[in-house]
Amino acid sequence: MRTLTAKTSRHTLTIERSVRKYWQLYLLIIPVLAYVIVFNYAPMYGVLIAFKDYKPGTPLLSGDWVGFKHFKRFFESIYFERTVRNTLQISLYSLVVGFPMPILLAIMLNEVRHLWFKKTVQTVTYMPYFISTVVMASMILIFLRPETGLVNLFLQKIGRESIPFMTRKEMFKTIYVLSGVWQSTGWGSIVYIATLSGLDQEMFEAAIVDGANKVQRILYITLPCLLPTAIILLILNAGSLMSVGFEKVFLLQTDLNLEQSDVISTYVYRSGILGAQHSYASAIGLFNSVVNFILLISVNQISKRVSSISLF
Amino acid sequence: MFLAHSKMRASKSDRIFDFVNYSLLILALLIVAYPLWFVVIASVSSSSHVLNGEVTLLPKGFQLKAYEMVFQNRNIVLGYRNTIFYTAAGTSINIVATVLIAYTLAQSDLRGRGPITFLLSFTMFFSGGLIPTYLVYRSLGIINTRWVMILPGMISVYNVIIARTFFQNSIPSELQDAAYIDGASALKTLTWVVIPLSKPILAVLTIFYGVGHWNSFFNALVFLSKNELYPLQLVLRNILITGAERVEAVGIASVAEQVRYAESIKYAVIIVSSVPVLLLYPFMQKYFVQGVMIGAIKG
Repeated sequence: MRTLTAKTSRHTLTIERSVRKYWQLYLLIIPVLAYVIVFNYAPMYGVLIAFKDYKPGTPLLSGDWVGFKHFKRFFESIYFERTVRNTLQISLYSLVVGFPMPILLAIMLNEVRHLWFKKTVQTVTYMPYFISTVVMASMILIFLRPETGLVNLFLQKIGRESIPFMTRKEMFKTIYVLSGVWQSTGWGSIVYIATLSGLDQEMFEAAIVDGANKVQRILYITLPCLLPTAIILLILNAGSLMSVGFEKVFLLQTDLNLEQSDVISTYVYRSGILGAQHSYASAIGLFNSVVNFILLISVNQISKRVSSISLF
Repeated sequence: MFLAHSKMRASKSDRIFDFVNYSLLILALLIVAYPLWFVVIASVSSSSHVLNGEVTLLPKGFQLKAYEMVFQNRNIVLGYRNTIFYTAAGTSINIVATVLIAYTLAQSDLRGRGPITFLLSFTMFFSGGLIPTYLVYRSLGIINTRWVMILPGMISVYNVIIARTFFQNSIPSELQDAAYIDGASALKTLTWVVIPLSKPILAVLTIFYGVGHWNSFFNALVFLSKNELYPLQLVLRNILITGAERVEAVGIASVAEQVRYAESIKYAVIIVSSVPVLLLYPFMQKYFVQGVMIGAIKG
């Protein structure tokens, strides 16, 4: 699906002919490639400071080699267990609750016969995706405020007690995940709706003739047709199990919920940017990148074996 | 007899299904739409009505003073101006770079496609991480300058894939071959033959990159510390989340007035910051759906 290897319909030219035909393109992409090398690859090289004692204000790769000292320090600190646990819990929770929702929405919309209704639901459910994370986090904080927040006003109206949602640390993950579902289910369903709109209608007609009801048609036709797309997306998601988006967690984080909300990326930001422990935070970042990389490769291999669907 | 019976049962179960299906979709619609609607009505209602839970479906105690105060806030206006600049400049660079790379990779007979492809896609799977990136930016001297809001993320590999797929599948290769035989250079073919046929993909790229810049918050948080460079999202965060900043219209609003409108102002700030994206939303929908489809199915 998302591989970069293109079709080879024409034979690749020899270097000389290719340069003669495309010299302008080569020339024009040189700055872009140079940009990629400086902005993406130089930091990969710079990650070597994870194995050094870098002092702020000195040249980038100056300090002494210290091997795995910073890694050890991280693994032995209380933050290792806490940030890894929270990161994994939040992404697994998001995956389990959030992943099936777009599929469900797409299937439900596929059964709608009134086009205007389908369009309305689509238009409205796609919209939250365009809200910025800052606005999203603000809305969460305002709506969930104790006493005067929208949700608590409602609870009080139906005779329940007001709940101080944001100060209850055990609620952090649920709030994070459910607000994510609210924001991105519609957007996530686009892929599946597109897949469904490309399906051969004859299959459904044949099933109707055979007396299959709607639920049976969904279970035996619609769902299997969505499976390849779903697997690819699942691979992509599994590859990022160890990376939770920084912004929303960071914006919703308070001292009160830190124990439940501290993830690897927020800890890297705190220790590296705010605390200026550059080598230490780089080590944590590198650890995280390596785990992500291994995860993606292995999930991809597993899927290739089991279902012959893979990213690369 | 048996057939008729099973057919009747099927249609009855289908009717139950439809009823449940429509009900659930209406519920989903309300759950998504209501918070958005509430923000709108709360921004034009009086704060006390909002805080007492008297605003439910329609505005109560209608006022526009909150908006007036938002527009009088110097930092919001400044943040707005900065964000417009970052979005316009950043998106333009994004599009030029993405189209060049994608068009180059779409030439199936071009030498070196493999290595270029690898160089780009590897960045999707591995990165140096925050701190090394920060240190590289610092040695480039772009920290605390406008560049740091424009340059990072110049090309998104995902968008390159979408654009390359479009160039390969939606622009007839005969057309490009003909232009080449007529003596047009690769660049001329791109600007005079391919670009005029690529409006949909240009729209998709503009939306994806543009919304990204407009909503971007992380780079500003980490790389900017000068107030006058802050984008809108960072100003928003200071007002709405940390409370580090209050919306104050100096000399115009009294303390009492500020207290009176404090709640509505929050909602007004949300609306004001989201309005450009939401106004464009109806026009964008056709294109972003197309973009997601190209990215997912044909890629």
